[in-house]
Amino acid sequence: MLDTTAEKKQPISTTSEWTFELIQEYDREIALLAKDFGLDTYPNQIEVISSEQMMDAYSSVGMPVGYNHWSFGKQFISVENNYQRGRMGLAYEIVINSNPCIAYLMEENTMAMQALVIAHACYGHNSFFKGNYLFRSWTDASSIIDYLLFAKNYIARCEERHGVDEVEALLDSCHALMNYGVDRYKRPYPISAHEEERRQKEREEYRQRQLNDLWRTIPKLNGGKEDIPVHRFPDEPQENILYFIEKNAPLLENWQRELVRIVRKMAQYFYPQRQTQVMNEGWATFWHYTLMNGLYERGKVTDGFMLEFLQSHTSVIYQPPYDSPYYNGINPYTLGFSIFSDLRRICENPTEEDRVWFPDIAGSNWKETLQFAMRDFKDESFILQFLSPKVMRDMKLFCISDDDREKEIVVNAIHNEDGYRELRAKLAGQYNLGNREPNIQVFSVDTRGDRSLTLHHTQHQRRPLGRDTVEVMRHLHRLWGFDVHLHSLNGDEITASYHCPELGRDRSEEEESMLVPKPI
Amino acid sequence: MSYIIDRRLNGKKKSTVNRQRFLRRYKAHIKKAVGEAMNSRSITDMNKGEKISIPTRDLSEPIFSNGRGGHMEQVLPGNKEFITGDRIPRPGQGQGQGSGGSGASDSGEGIDEFVFQISQEEFLDFMFEGLELPNMVKRKLAGNDSFHVVRAGICNEGSPGRLNVVRSMRAANARRIALSGGKRRNLKLLEAELEQEESKDSALRDQRRINQLRLEIEDLKSRVNRIPFLDDFDLKYNLLIKQPRPSSKAVMFCLMDVSGSMNQATKDMAKRFFLLLYLFLQRSYEYTEVVFIRHHTSAKEVDEQEFFYSRETGGTIVSSALKMMRDIMRDRYPASEWNIYGAQASDGDNWNDDSSTCHKILINDIMPHVQYYSYVEITPRDHQALWEEYQSVAQVFPEHFAMEQIVDVQDIYPVFRQLFTQKVAV
Repeated sequence: MLDTTAEKKQPISTTSEWTFELIQEYDREIALLAKDFGLDTYPNQIEVISSEQMMDAYSSVGMPVGYNHWSFGKQFISVENNYQRGRMGLAYEIVINSNPCIAYLMEENTMAMQALVIAHACYGHNSFFKGNYLFRSWTDASSIIDYLLFAKNYIARCEERHGVDEVEALLDSCHALMNYGVDRYKRPYPISAHEEERRQKEREEYRQRQLNDLWRTIPKLNGGKEDIPVHRFPDEPQENILYFIEKNAPLLENWQRELVRIVRKMAQYFYPQRQTQVMNEGWATFWHYTLMNGLYERGKVTDGFMLEFLQSHTSVIYQPPYDSPYYNGINPYTLGFSIFSDLRRICENPTEEDRVWFPDIAGSNWKETLQFAMRDFKDESFILQFLSPKVMRDMKLFCISDDDREKEIVVNAIHNEDGYRELRAKLAGQYNLGNREPNIQVFSVDTRGDRSLTLHHTQHQRRPLGRDTVEVMRHLHRLWGFDVHLHSLNGDEITASYHCPELGRDRSEEEESMLVPKPI
Repeated sequence: MSYIIDRRLNGKKKSTVNRQRFLRRYKAHIKKAVGEAMNSRSITDMNKGEKISIPTRDLSEPIFSNGRGGHMEQVLPGNKEFITGDRIPRPGQGQGQGSGGSGASDSGEGIDEFVFQISQEEFLDFMFEGLELPNMVKRKLAGNDSFHVVRAGICNEGSPGRLNVVRSMRAANARRIALSGGKRRNLKLLEAELEQEESKDSALRDQRRINQLRLEIEDLKSRVNRIPFLDDFDLKYNLLIKQPRPSSKAVMFCLMDVSGSMNQATKDMAKRFFLLLYLFLQRSYEYTEVVFIRHHTSAKEVDEQEFFYSRETGGTIVSSALKMMRDIMRDRYPASEWNIYGAQASDGDNWNDDSSTCHKILINDIMPHVQYYSYVEITPRDHQALWEEYQSVAQVFPEHFAMEQIVDVQDIYPVFRQLFTQKVAV
């Protein structure tokens, strides 16, 4: 700690007040360090905002522009409430995956916090957005803001033309199915707002000329024989329910299809974020920690600065134990930070255990290894690959199995030699989106009969659907316009079915509801 | 390279629209809460915001999710005592045989309330939504104060604040073109000649002519340049004129009984009723005048402060207030110009045979001139002569006379709403 070359090492600032010049200087120093560490980033756009603006940003999922919807208002009110009562501090960072990468600094923060946010968001998250394969292949950083603008304007126009209520109802229904509006395999093309508008017109015209297969009433020419093999539509189950609706729902107007599409695009944009929470936060936390320490080693910051930083850092990575009243699941910051830090340790100071568990990595160049880990994985595979026994020991992880056929909960594995592998596999499984959300797919459409839509839910370890299912079915019914059925399957056995409209209701009532999707 | 931008001065009310959408969607809940708040508030804080709570369940945005049941495996941090193979009893009232989705439990959900604050403005908006003064029909071109300012084209004089930049620049441009037209035509000719001269072979050039041409060009250019870019008479201003606006002038007479038979609770209710009315008028009708009349055996016109807070009391002669109202109407509010409203609150107690006088005054002098007259009787007891007399008035003027009874505080807001609910035009 003793600083022998004090005259050379001049701290950038000594008080907690920030100025624009200081921010610039810190940013320059951090950028230099980050370059030494080999971080590749988009250019940064750092915006200083007030706490009210931060609350606005919060409630629009961090986006600088967004369409209007009551649910964002609800979000805003609850954020405002909590903040005003002092129940929560505002997160000190919101960062947008765009090019340039936009990061918000809040004016109330001290200089140390501003520097921390710059390191965390502008170099940590930013390099993750630029490097990780999911972000590279599924989102397009340069066009997102344009697209948001297009969406906002388009929806505003629809509201003028068709009324706020109608648009709101449709958006409600789309939001209910938002998690099922994701292409997991296809890659979207980056396009600009202008281009998007042109294409939207094109799609509209195309659709008007198109014959929807569902409406085909022309008699077949084979003498009325009905023994053609029944052709199932769609040929294969469809996982992207919103896409299926956009393309095939018989009663939707063109503008409604376009709205479905907008919600679908948003879902697609956020999809990588949902899959890389641990990695993304872990990576950013690891780098703010490393960069801040780097600044300290170069004598650019004072001891007081470091203490403030460490205080904030430790509260970010605090993991309450499972039996604590504050326990709220595994803290992604803690888990990610621990794994990345331990990776660095394995590279620099490998133990015998590490050589057995990570023969390729132990003793390698840590910068390259971390880059590799950041680039080519998502949470599930990242944990499966890199969660080391030491981290499991440090976090004292254990796995329980709760089977409703058993009387008691069984402890499957704990942080010991026999348990490491199982623990790691189970934790990775927990981050598989497919396990977290029920697997529901479009199974068939009754093209010859009542045009009803049937979905199948494939149960994961016999887990049933939640209580909202009936509500969501009503939303689905509004979009589809005809009857919808959902079967929940355990293997080949149907264990539960949901219908909208519910079966056994008066038929005439149902017919009415076929024509006019009922408000929910 | 990073760009640092100060956005603190940008708009910060980005979420306002979304917040309004939210309020709009949950209007029914909020109205209910506002109605309840009205009843539980004391007189002095009618004029505040309110905390609204909505059951979380009504706000939910449903999505497909996993229910309870089946086989769950979970990794947890912070192990202190467990080793592999330990068996732990289920915490809480775990559902042993929960099979399929049918047995979904509702533990941990549905109790929470979503609580938030609405501002005073919003509170009053909700409170008075859908209310109006009935029969507001008389409109007149009157007074000096009801003008509205409209645009009336462009003029040459005005205050600098109304400068029309586009038109001024256009005028300046036109003037410059007009003034310099001849000179520039000459200039073009000379320049063409000069070019021609210069393009000649050096032996054939007339250097003197060239020099002369150059001088002339210089001279012309400087003269063109001397034309001012912007001159005083180029300046154009937006012209705004005042247009008189037909206004509906309205006056509300508040007649309150403060006699000895009214006990403190009844007076309190009467005051609350009038306070509500007063708030409503202040908020929804900017140019409405209010006349406060309080009476026991004799009536007195008072100001707002005295009306609500004075403690004077005595016997009861209702007609004294009606007479005073009639006189004030005659003197200050000619029925040809004014929409006149009356609201009266009393406990129904009156001096013997004064009630028939009231009936007479109402029928002959007041009702023919007023748009709407409402009578509120605050009493838990049986009606007396006054109520019956008023009922006969109501029969004569069914459209313009309304009467209601208030028994306790809970009735005030509903009765108020009933009296002033917007009537759909027939």
